[in-house]
Amino acid sequence: MSERLVTRGFVGRRGSLDRGNRTPPGQYLTTDFPVLSAGPTPHTPLDQWSLRLEGLVTKPVEWSWAEFNALPAREYVVDISCVTKWTKLDMSWHGVSVDTILAAVDLDPRAAFVIAFCDGGYTTNLPIADIVNDQAFIAYGYDGAPLAPEHGGPARLVVPGRYFWKSAKWIRGLRIVEKDVPGFWEGFGYHNRGDQWLEERYSGD
Amino acid sequence: MAGLAWEIATVAALNDETPHIRTLSLNVAGWSGHRPGQHVDIRLTAEDGYQAQRSYSVASAPGGDGRIELTVERVAGGEVSPFLHDELIVGDRFEVRGPIGGYFVWDGGSPDPLLLVAGGSGVVPLMAIVRHRAAIGSAAPCTLLFSSRTPADIIYASELESLAARGDGLRVVHTLTREQPEGWAGYSRRIDAQMLEDVLGLTGKSASVFVCGPTPLVELAATSLVSLGLPPSRVRTERFGPSGG
Amino acid sequence: MDEHTLDANAVAGTLHEVFGVELTGQESECAHCGNHAQVGTFRVYDMHGPGVVLRCSTCAQIVIRLVRRPDGSYLVDASGVYLKAT
Repeated sequence: MSERLVTRGFVGRRGSLDRGNRTPPGQYLTTDFPVLSAGPTPHTPLDQWSLRLEGLVTKPVEWSWAEFNALPAREYVVDISCVTKWTKLDMSWHGVSVDTILAAVDLDPRAAFVIAFCDGGYTTNLPIADIVNDQAFIAYGYDGAPLAPEHGGPARLVVPGRYFWKSAKWIRGLRIVEKDVPGFWEGFGYHNRGDQWLEERYSGD
Repeated sequence: MAGLAWEIATVAALNDETPHIRTLSLNVAGWSGHRPGQHVDIRLTAEDGYQAQRSYSVASAPGGDGRIELTVERVAGGEVSPFLHDELIVGDRFEVRGPIGGYFVWDGGSPDPLLLVAGGSGVVPLMAIVRHRAAIGSAAPCTLLFSSRTPADIIYASELESLAARGDGLRVVHTLTREQPEGWAGYSRRIDAQMLEDVLGLTGKSASVFVCGPTPLVELAATSLVSLGLPPSRVRTERFGPSGG
Repeated sequence: MDEHTLDANAVAGTLHEVFGVELTGQESECAHCGNHAQVGTFRVYDMHGPGVVLRCSTCAQIVIRLVRRPDGSYLVDASGVYLKAT
């Protein structure tokens, strides 16, 4: 009964719903860049930072910050959708394609999934097929400036085709595995794939 | 769930404390009474069923007979607080559940001195403590260190002044961080370790401490007080954060 | 210092809803570092994110995770903490 009490004059501020066909189902447009973090913001000094590629690869690779910055990088302008229902259009990032990272090794024939791991212990899982062919990149710039720590700097994974929790902040490496391992949210109620166009929010959706 | 059902609150009065701060007096059906420092959740529902939920501290002392006061800061660009400031009128209804919380609470049973540290609208739950302390005639000495930007931003200014004038052991120490009146002899800077050491000198180290304000202020105050020798278990904190307004 | 955290009081209503009792005033022991503290001292992350993450104020490890399902039910993982039932 109290569920139905409508407060006179309240409409809420949800952003706009309809902007052509760029807003996935159930999402609202925002112009903010909300900060969502499952833990404290790490402040790893850049001289102690590295990015590792490990697991089912011929030989693990580790890039220092300087080496990572020397990799070919480019601008990416992409739309981002968060499972908390905001979508932000035309976000401008600077980063290194995951293809470039993977090109540094030969993958074992059993390689099927990737686990992104991060400072602070966060993880997320993706099929390798979902992050190759320029579907994902590791960003270290946003909107013309270094990526801010609160938004995942010095570097974060960005996977525009999936809900934003897959775009792991404070990334420190990719582990190539044969069998899928659910990550921080995938193992706790959220969808394993998280395709926003199919509205794959919760496990079972 | 037992004890935490959504109840209907009806707006009984609205009172602007400062240009950005408004107190809502609410009549809440089935209100079970609260303890000083507790808060409520409020839920607003739009015609189409969309809902927004926020938490606000109760400003009034217990014993209001179903009437509670919430003091709300208007967060520019927010979703809920601008509605509460700009749209809400007496007689409007929304949902409330509570009281909530059992940690940031002072019941008045202890004679130990109190040190209350507030930044801006962080004073709200502390005001419930100050009012309760006065209402029950508690003998616990109490110092409120209260940081505001300008004289016009001091919430409950006249009530605090008259409560302090009663001479019952309440001391109010203001700091004004942006603008001070002519001849101001008080602090004119953000709360820092030295200021906390000063006020701790007034209360002594047996004080129970309640700190409420923006997260950076709370972090600084809690860290400083512990390094000044207070046990962490006596420093209770409530951080105000980006709640979406 | 971390600006994106709140105290567990901020989610006291949700905790009450989930556990059926007022929880923030209850004593607890962190399963990671053994810290004894009231639940109200826990730090909250992601209140407006996918789920609520509560961390020990001493060691910053996760003590409780909550995810609200679309049907209004909650998934609860409190394996990081010993809670005292009273």
